[in-house]
Amino acid sequence: MSTQALDGTRSPTRSTRRRRELGRTLVYHLGVGAVGFVMLYPILWLFASSFKGPSEVWADVMSLVPRHFTPQNYVTGWAGFGGITFATFYKNSLIYAGVGTVAAVMSSAVVAYGFARIRFAGRGFWFTCMLLTLMLPVQVIIIPQYVFFTKLGLVNTFYPLLLPRFFGMAFFIFMIMQFIRGIPRELDEAAEIDGCSQFGIFFRIILPLIRPALITATIFSFYWTWEDFLTPLVYLNEPKLYTISVALRSFADASGATDWGAIFAMSALSLVPVFVVFVVFQRYLVQGISTTGMKG
Amino acid sequence: MNRAPASSLPSEDLLRAGIGEAHVAGRRARARARNLAGYVFIGPWLIGFFGLTLLPMAVSLYLAFTDYDILTAPRWVGLENFHRMFMQDRRYLQSVTVTLFYVAVAVPLRLVFALGLAMLLNTNRRGVSVYRAAYYAPSIVAGSVAVALMWRQVFGTQGVVNAVLAILGVPRVSWLGDPDFAIWTLITLAVWQFGSPMLIFLAGLRQIPVELYEAAAIDGAGAWARFFRITLPLLSPVTFFNLVMQTITGFMVFTQAFIVTGGGPMDTTLFYALYLYRRAFESFQMGYASAMAWVLLLAVALCTAVLFKTSGRWVFYEAKEGR
Repeated sequence: MSTQALDGTRSPTRSTRRRRELGRTLVYHLGVGAVGFVMLYPILWLFASSFKGPSEVWADVMSLVPRHFTPQNYVTGWAGFGGITFATFYKNSLIYAGVGTVAAVMSSAVVAYGFARIRFAGRGFWFTCMLLTLMLPVQVIIIPQYVFFTKLGLVNTFYPLLLPRFFGMAFFIFMIMQFIRGIPRELDEAAEIDGCSQFGIFFRIILPLIRPALITATIFSFYWTWEDFLTPLVYLNEPKLYTISVALRSFADASGATDWGAIFAMSALSLVPVFVVFVVFQRYLVQGISTTGMKG
Repeated sequence: MNRAPASSLPSEDLLRAGIGEAHVAGRRARARARNLAGYVFIGPWLIGFFGLTLLPMAVSLYLAFTDYDILTAPRWVGLENFHRMFMQDRRYLQSVTVTLFYVAVAVPLRLVFALGLAMLLNTNRRGVSVYRAAYYAPSIVAGSVAVALMWRQVFGTQGVVNAVLAILGVPRVSWLGDPDFAIWTLITLAVWQFGSPMLIFLAGLRQIPVELYEAAAIDGAGAWARFFRITLPLLSPVTFFNLVMQTITGFMVFTQAFIVTGGGPMDTTLFYALYLYRRAFESFQMGYASAMAWVLLLAVALCTAVLFKTSGRWVFYEAKEGR
C-alpha cells in the first residue's frame, strides 16, 4: 500500500526493486482474485447449473461449464405451477417494484427537502422520530397493519404493499437529505430573493440537482421491493397474485426435489434484472452506500 | 404545480421599511410561512408516521396483552403472554438462544471480513474496482429467495460444499439435516454478504490521511502497530456505525432461515423472526406474536443503547467541526 515504498531498509538497485514490486503485484492479484472467485462462485454456479441437463446437475456438481448446454430448464420453469406461468409473477413483481419505487422515491424527496432546507418549528423532534423508525422491527407494525387491511378486505390486493410507500421511507429521506445538504444554500437564497416560493425552489432548483441521489434511492428501492419476501408472503395468498420471490418458494415446494434444474433456471432469471441494474449503475450504488451507510 | 400562497415571503421592501412593528410582524409572518411550508413538505411522512407507524405500534402494544385470532374480538389476558413466553414456551426460549448465538457469531465475523477486504481494496492498483464489484455482488442479492434456494443446494448432501470436501477426503456431511451444523450454513450465508459494511469501511479508510502512516513508518512502527494505533482508532466511528446497523439487522433475519432451513432441524435454526411469523400468520395468535414483537423491539433498543453507552470507551471522534 502507500507505505510500502518506505519499507526498504537498504537501497536496492532499480531493477531488483522493480522485480520485487512486480512480484508483490502478482501476489496481490492472485490473492484478491482468488477470494473474488470464491465470492462469485455460488452465483456463477447457479447460472451454470440452470443450463445443465438433469443428469448433469448433480453428477458434475462443481463445474461452471455445462457439458451439454440446454435451455430446457428455462422452458419447463417458465411454465410455472398451477397453470400460472412466470409471466404473471414477473408482471406482479414489476407492479410492486415499479409503482412502489416511484412512490417511495418521489415522496421521500419531498420530505427530505422539508427536513434539509426549511427551518420550521419542531424540525429536530420529527427528524429524531424519523431516525428512530429506522430501528423499528417490522414485526411490531406488520401485525396491526395486517389486521387493518384484513378488516378493510384488502388482503390479496396490492394496496397493503404499495400504500405505505407513498408516505416517504426513512432510509431514502435520510439519504436524499445528506445529498441536499451538500448543495450550496446560496442557490436557494438567490432564488428566494428572486421571489421563488419553497415549491419553486424544490422543483426548479433542488430536484434537478439531486438526480444522482434519486437514482441511488431508485436502485435500492427497486432491489428491496424486487427481493422483498415477507410483505408479499403475508398479504398475497393467491398464486395469481404472487410476486417472484413468493412464487419461487412455492415453485420449489411444489416441484419438490425433483426438478432442480427448473428451479435454478427461474432463480437465475429472477436475479437477472438485479445484476443488470448493478452493472449499469454500479457507480451510484457505491456512492450511495459510502456516503450514508445503508443497511445490507 | 400549485404554489401555496402560504410559502411566499413578505415582500422585500416591507422588511426594509424598518418600522419596528412592521418588522416584528413581518418576521412572525415569515416564521409562520416557514412553519407551514415545512409541514407541507414533511406532511406525507408525518401522516404515514402517525397512521402507519405510531397507531399500529399502539395497537400492537395493546394486542400484546390480549388473546386475539382476528376472527373474534381480542380478549384481555394481562401479562399471560409474557409469562408463557419466558416460563413455559421452550421453543420461544430456543428461538432467543438461536438468534443471540447468530448475532454474536455472524455479525463480528461479517465485520472482520468486511474490514479485512476493505483494507486489501484500499489501494490504487489497477483492477481494484473489478474486485470491489465482485465482493459486493453477493450483497445485492442478499435477501432474495433465489439465493436462499441456491444456498440450500450448495450445502445439500449432493451439493458443492460436500463435493469440495470429498476431494479433501472428508466424508459427506448433511449440513442442513444435522443440528450441529445447520446454523453454520446461515452464518456462512451472512458472512458471504459483507459487501455493504465493506464499502462503508472502504470510504472510512480513504479518509485517513496517508501522512499519518508515513510518519509512523519513519518512527519505526511496524504494520501491526500501524493497524492498531492508527487504522483501528481512526476507523472506530465507522466500525461503530457498522456494528449498530449489522446488529439490528442480525436480530431480524427471516427470509434466509425460512427458505434455507425452515427453522429445522430440531429447531436449531428457529430464528426469532421466523418463530414470530409462524405464531402470527400460521397459527394466527396475534396477541402472542405482538408480545413477541415488543420484546424484540425492547431487545433491539436495549442492545443499541448498550452499544452507544460503551462506545465512549472505544470510539474516537476527531474534534468536531461545526456543520
